[in-house]
Amino acid sequence: MARNADAKKEQGFDFFDFLYRYGTIVTIVVLIILFWLANPVFLQLGNIVNILRSISIVTIIAIGITISLSVNGFDLSVGSTASLTNAVVISMFVWYGQSTPIAIVVALAAALIVGLLNAFLIVKVRIPDMLLTLAMMFIIQGVALTYTRGATISENMIMPDGSYAEGKIAGAFEKLGQVPWIILIMIAVVVFVHILLNYTKHGRYMYVIGGNVEAARLSGIPVNKYKVAAYLLSAAFAGLGGIILASRLMTAEINAGGSYLMDAVAAVFIGLSVLGAGKPNALGTFFGAVLIGILANGLVMMSVPYYAMDIVKGTVLALALALTYYKMK
Amino acid sequence: MKATLLEMKNISIEFPGVKALDGVDFKTLTGRTHALIGANGAGKSTLMKVLSGAYNHFTGRIYYDGEEINIKEPRDAQVHGIQIVYQEVDTALISYLTVGENIMLNELVSHMGNKQFVNYKQIHKSATEILASLNMDVSSKQLVSELTLAEKQMVLIARATTSDCKFLILDEPTAPLSHTETEKLFEVVARLKANNVGIIFISHRLPELFEICDDITVMRNGRFIIEEKISETSVNRVVEHMIGEKLKNQFPDMEKEIGDLLFEAQDIADGDKITGVDLQVRAGEIIGLAGLVGAGKTEICKALFGATKDATGTIKLHGKKVKVMSPQQAVKNGLALVPEERRKEGVLILENVATNLTSSHLDNFLKVFSFLDFRKERKVANEMVASIGVKTPSIDTKVQNLSGGNQQKVAIGKWLLADADIYIFDEPTKGIDVGSKKDVFELIAALAKRGKGIIYASSELAEIMGITDKVYIIYDGEVTKEVPTKETTEEELLYFSTGGR
Repeated sequence: MARNADAKKEQGFDFFDFLYRYGTIVTIVVLIILFWLANPVFLQLGNIVNILRSISIVTIIAIGITISLSVNGFDLSVGSTASLTNAVVISMFVWYGQSTPIAIVVALAAALIVGLLNAFLIVKVRIPDMLLTLAMMFIIQGVALTYTRGATISENMIMPDGSYAEGKIAGAFEKLGQVPWIILIMIAVVVFVHILLNYTKHGRYMYVIGGNVEAARLSGIPVNKYKVAAYLLSAAFAGLGGIILASRLMTAEINAGGSYLMDAVAAVFIGLSVLGAGKPNALGTFFGAVLIGILANGLVMMSVPYYAMDIVKGTVLALALALTYYKMK
Repeated sequence: MKATLLEMKNISIEFPGVKALDGVDFKTLTGRTHALIGANGAGKSTLMKVLSGAYNHFTGRIYYDGEEINIKEPRDAQVHGIQIVYQEVDTALISYLTVGENIMLNELVSHMGNKQFVNYKQIHKSATEILASLNMDVSSKQLVSELTLAEKQMVLIARATTSDCKFLILDEPTAPLSHTETEKLFEVVARLKANNVGIIFISHRLPELFEICDDITVMRNGRFIIEEKISETSVNRVVEHMIGEKLKNQFPDMEKEIGDLLFEAQDIADGDKITGVDLQVRAGEIIGLAGLVGAGKTEICKALFGATKDATGTIKLHGKKVKVMSPQQAVKNGLALVPEERRKEGVLILENVATNLTSSHLDNFLKVFSFLDFRKERKVANEMVASIGVKTPSIDTKVQNLSGGNQQKVAIGKWLLADADIYIFDEPTKGIDVGSKKDVFELIAALAKRGKGIIYASSELAEIMGITDKVYIIYDGEVTKEVPTKETTEEELLYFSTGGR
C-alpha cells in the first residue's frame, strides 16, 4: 500500500535509510581513516591537493552527465567530446598560432556543435538517448582522430610537409591545468550546477522533466527546450573537461578523453543517493568523484598494483548502486 | 458440485511503519461471486495480494477446504487453484507474443518437463478451446500488442483458467472498460461461476457489484468491517460501512451565477479519433462531456489543451481567437488540464507535494535570475494543502506515498495555484474513494463559483448529472447531443452515449 515511506520517520532509526543517505560519505570518511592509518602521508596537504587535482577533470565531465541525467537523458559521448576539444584547443595553439581566448572559444564551439547534434537527433528524430550518444561517441572519436590525422599534437611537432610546427601554447593556458586553478575551476563548476539544479526554476523544470516527461509537458513546461539545453550543457562541460585536460597534458594525445567516460559515469551513479537526493545531483557527483579519487590515490600508496585497481573501483560502484536501488525497490 | 471453502483468518501485514492489514477475516466459497469493497487504502488489494502469494511476511492463517495451507509465493497460491488478474493488465502480458502463447504461458513455463521443443499447434489448439469455452471472440494467433484493454483482460482471465482454477481474484477489472465490455466480462464471470469457480471481485462501482455478486465483504482502514449477502443489503448501507459515517449528498450545493461566454471551441478535430467538435463554456459554468470509455472524451480534452500534435480547429477565449498549439501555449492562455492518467500524466510521483503543486507556474515563485523562492513556495504549498484537504504528513512527502484521492487533489491543486480561466477535468474521480470524490466535487464547484469555466469529462453519468450545468454527449468522437443538465436524465444520457439518436 501507499503510505509506507512517510511512516519511516516515526520509526526512528532506519539503518538502510541511514546508509542510503550517508553511505557514500561514511565510506569516504572510513577510507580516509584507513589510508591515513596505513600511511600518515595520506592526510598531508600536498596529498589532499593531489587527490583534488586528480579528480577535477573527471568531476567536470561527470557534471555534464549529471545534467543530462537530470532530464532522464544519458550522454555517452562526453569522453569523445573531451578528446575533440583537447585536440582542437591544442591545434589552435600549435598549428594556427592563436591566442588563449580564441583557442578556448573555438574548442567550446566544437563541443556545442556535438551537443546540438545530440539534442537534435534525440529530441527531434527521437533516437533513444543511450543509443544515439553511443553512436555519437564513435563518430566524435573518429572526427577527433581524423582531425589530428591519428597523431599526437604537440609543440614543435613535425608537420606533414616536413617543417616544424611553430605555434606555442600560451603560458596563461598552461596555468588552467595547474593548482590552484584546476581545483578552483572544478569547485566553480560544481557550485554553479548545484545552484542551477537546486535553486533555480530551470533546475526544477529539469528534474520535473526527468521525473515524468508527460506530466511535465501537460504542465506547460517547454520540455524540448530544456532537453536541448541539457545536452548542450552536457557537451559544454565535457568540452571544458577536454580543454583542461589539454592544459594538463600540453599535448593532444589520441583519444585522451575517452578514458574519463567510465569514471565520470561511475561518479554520477555513486552520487545519486548522497544525502538522500535519490536523483542526479552536482554535490553527489562531486562526492562520487572524491570517493573514486581517494580510492585510486590510497591504493597506489598502499602499493596495490595498477592492474588490480579496476576491481576495487567496480566493486565500490556496485556497492553504491546496491545502496541506491535496494532502498528504491 | 461440492463447494470448497476458502478462509483467511486474522491476517495482518505491516509495511515499514504502516499496518496495512489488521486482523482481517475473509471467507468465500467456490461457485459464488464475492465482492470485496472498501475506500482507497482500505487494504483490499493488499489482502488479495496476500492470498495470491505476493507477500510472505504476513501473519494469520489461510484454510483451504478446512485444511491450513501455506501461501508464501505465487506458486503456492496457484497450486491451490487461486489465480489473480491484476488491474494493470500490461504488466502480466508479453505484448510481442501471441494470444495463445500468453494464455498458455503457465503451461509453457511449468509443464514442459523434459520437452525442449514447443508444440505450437497444440498451444494454439488448447488456447482456442479455452477462448471458445469463455465465449471470447479473439484469435489465438493474434499478437497481444494489437488487443484492446478489455481483450487483454480476457486473455488474462483465460490464462488463469488454464490450470485447475478454483478461485479467481479480479482486481478492479471494470475500471477501464466500457459498458459493452463490462457486460461481456460479466458473462464470462457468470460462466466461470457456473463451472464452480469462486470469483472475488474488487470494484469501486457499487451498482455492478449488486448486479453480479452474491456476497459482499466491506473493509475499512485495513480492517474487516462486515460480510453480508448482497440480497440483504443496499448500496447506501454498503457505502455507510465503507466510509464509516452516514452518506450525505455527494454533490455540493450548486447555487452560482453563470456569466458571459468565456471559451469557445469550433470544429475541433485531431485527424484521428475526433471530428467537428464545437463547445461553449460560460464563466461559472460546468459543462459535461458525457460518453462511454473510448468515445473520444480524453482526445477532445487533449486537443483543446494543445496536447495533440495534429489538432485543428479554432479556440476563442473571451471572444478572441487564440493559438493553442502546445500545452505551453494553453497554460499561457489560462487553460488547465487535469489528465485522466493521474500517475502517468498528472503528478510527479517521485517528487514531493510542494514541487508538484508549484510545477506548472514556477514563475510565481521566483526571485531575481530565476532563483526559486523556497519560503514562498513552502508557504503557498502549505496553504493549498490545508485549503483543499490533502491528507499528507507534510509537503515534503513524496506523492507516490499518498492515496489515489490525495494524489488527485494534488493534481488539481497544482492548477488552482496556477489560477487558470478554463479548467478541463478528464475523469477526475477515476479510482478514488467516495470521501475524496466528494472533496473533488467541492473543489470543482468552488472554482465555478469563482467564475471559472469548467469542462468536466466523465463516463460516470451520475457525476455528470450531479455536477454539470450543460452536457455534451460524445459518441465515436463527435458531439451527438447538447442539452442542459436539468432537462435530461441519466437514462437519456446513457441512451445517447451508446449511440442512440
